[in-house]
Amino acid sequence: MTMKFTKNIAVALIAIAGVAGAASASSKADKEPIKQVWSFEGVTGKYDQAAVQRGWQVYQQVCSACHSLKYFKFRNLAGMGYEDDMIKAFAKEYEVAGEPDDAGDETVRAALPQDTFPAPFPNENAARASNGGALPPDLSLIVKARHDGANYVYSLLTGYSDAPAGRDIAEGKSYNGYFKGGQIGMASPLSEGIIDYEGGMPATQEQMARDVVQFLMYVAEPKLEDRKHMGFSVMLFLLAMTIIFYLSMKKIWKPVKEGKNFYED
Amino acid sequence: MAEWETIKPENKALGWFEERLPILSLVHNVVGPGTPTPRNLNYWWNFGSLAGLMLVIQILSGVVLAMHYTPDTAVAFDSVERIVRDVNYGWLLRPMHANGASFFFIAVYIHILRGLYYGSYKAPREVLWMLGLVIFLLMMATAFMGYVLPWGQMSYWGATVITNLFSAIPFVGEDIRTLLWGGFSVDNPTLKRFFSLHFLLPFVIFGVVILHIWAKKVSDSGNPLGIEVKSGADQIPFHPYYTIKDAFGMGVFFLIFAYFIFFAPDALGHPDNYIPANSMVTPDSIVPEWYFLPFYAILRSITFDIGIPGTDITFISAKLLGVIAMFASILLLFALPWLDTSKVRSARFRPTYRWFFWFLVADLVLLTIVGGRKPEGIYPLLGLLGTAYYFAHFLVIMPILGFKEKTLPLPESIANPVVKAAE
Ligand code: HEC
Repeated sequence: MTMKFTKNIAVALIAIAGVAGAASASSKADKEPIKQVWSFEGVTGKYDQAAVQRGWQVYQQVCSACHSLKYFKFRNLAGMGYEDDMIKAFAKEYEVAGEPDDAGDETVRAALPQDTFPAPFPNENAARASNGGALPPDLSLIVKARHDGANYVYSLLTGYSDAPAGRDIAEGKSYNGYFKGGQIGMASPLSEGIIDYEGGMPATQEQMARDVVQFLMYVAEPKLEDRKHMGFSVMLFLLAMTIIFYLSMKKIWKPVKEGKNFYED
Repeated sequence: MAEWETIKPENKALGWFEERLPILSLVHNVVGPGTPTPRNLNYWWNFGSLAGLMLVIQILSGVVLAMHYTPDTAVAFDSVERIVRDVNYGWLLRPMHANGASFFFIAVYIHILRGLYYGSYKAPREVLWMLGLVIFLLMMATAFMGYVLPWGQMSYWGATVITNLFSAIPFVGEDIRTLLWGGFSVDNPTLKRFFSLHFLLPFVIFGVVILHIWAKKVSDSGNPLGIEVKSGADQIPFHPYYTIKDAFGMGVFFLIFAYFIFFAPDALGHPDNYIPANSMVTPDSIVPEWYFLPFYAILRSITFDIGIPGTDITFISAKLLGVIAMFASILLLFALPWLDTSKVRSARFRPTYRWFFWFLVADLVLLTIVGGRKPEGIYPLLGLLGTAYYFAHFLVIMPILGFKEKTLPLPESIANPVVKAAE
């Protein structure tokens, strides 16, 4: 009877878990994101360092014209395989606000590794004004802030097409079947060959989209590899501990199973 | 209650202390070698100690998170990101706390269902059961306020939806809502008071847990057969037998918990909460955390006013009725010891109740599904039916079943679980 109870509860719990997962999947886009295989997925997933670096190049040369990365500091480049002096050199190419000088006037200085990657617009209004009223969101967490984020961003970047017949697209908007509502205020940002990849990799739209997703995933979760790495040790430790507890339990419980009576009366 | 044994430590200093504050005796008699416990507890009895453990984990991880978190709408979201990115092991601490809440609820839900199946709420354990429900209510309040703290879109809109419910209460509703908000909408004062209360309530829970365990000590643990302990032969000492069994259960539970922390930290969360709160943009659908979905479904299931048909007169608005239904769905559990009229505790010997127990579980699954969906198409109807069945289970089926059901013969004792009638 206990077995049946166990089985039933297990079934119920799995059903609840499945439901909770499905419950969040409400989207009003025309198309579901295309499923891609990503190196960072799965329990042993890692970033593809070359792709992350290429993605950084895509972000710098294309996306950074409109999108900020407010949680990304130059020093985070270290996790992408860059050396300290390279990071300093990267940072130096950008200017950030400095301390006021002795006269109290504002100053600018070259960026340092601890600085955040500078935003393209000083504020939301400026960003909207340059983008036909649409606000380019900060991309630091975009992969986590969308359902099925990596596939979604990839699909969005490669998913521009002609609008279905009868669908009116407003001035300054483009049709994108993966975007909620179908009309997006971002023109297709990636066109073939827009980037000269440092390694000579052909810059197809799919390639650039895949690379920039790798980079954005890294920005969203720089500690992903640490997390999975530690996860393995912790799970192994817990497993060993659980087995020891199980064997101890079997041994300790033996007299009970044999019907030993602990209390006199 | 078993006789209280006094511990006399060999060590002089310890003995001196023990005479003045018998803390070792307390442990000895409540969860120690001096705690006679039914010998037939199955693994469903593991979840009480697991829930207690989760409370401790939540308090410890929460205290450290609070050292780095800033409850201010301007920087709350940033401060959470800073914890994850820049604080040592912050990337571990945050998912541990967020998923810890889910696993705390998993443990508590199984613990409650265990109680429902084996009739753990029945005399003489009514107060033990009610204290458990108080813990459950406090947990819900704590989890709700905790979810607001990261100040993402779901935090903000969840807080807005739930606090607005209170305005449905006649006469005082608006004032209660203003008090919760600390102003005229969910804003900085709301975040600050929620943070303060979110820090406080776990310690209140801790206090009620102590009462809960005390009540358990007084009435002794129930057991899967649901019959009283008849003699010493029915019992074994809590320690080492149940401590080691609890330790093994903890190992298994933590393996699953760790899997979520390390390999699926966002699986139970909502992507919208990675978007900073924005009062100008309403999310597509506002859904609470999974553990609130059944109650959320009950809340939304009522879409009709009660009044005089054909006139404009309403006595109870749909909104108020929904709020009443939601609170009633939990409060009525306080009356369960009296709503259940059966003389037999365990569902093992209640063949019909066993069916209804599983119907109830299915109903809760259904309400969970409905709670996560937009109220469109078939879902509002399913929600209404699910809600109606939920109340019918406790208010109609339980009272009647106790009289009508033909229960199976009870065994003679725990140590000798041979059916009496077979003799
Ligand atoms: C010319 C400016 C511009 C450039 C360059 C640009 N974007 Fe955008 N992007 C926008 C605007 C504007 C929006 C907001 C669109 C809207 O809300 O309709 C947007 C929205 C987005 C979104 C959010 C879609 C959603 O679900 O809300 C993503 C993701 C995105 N851009 C990624 C990128 C990436 C990756 C790049 C670089 C390859 C890039 N963008 C380059 C202007 C730009």
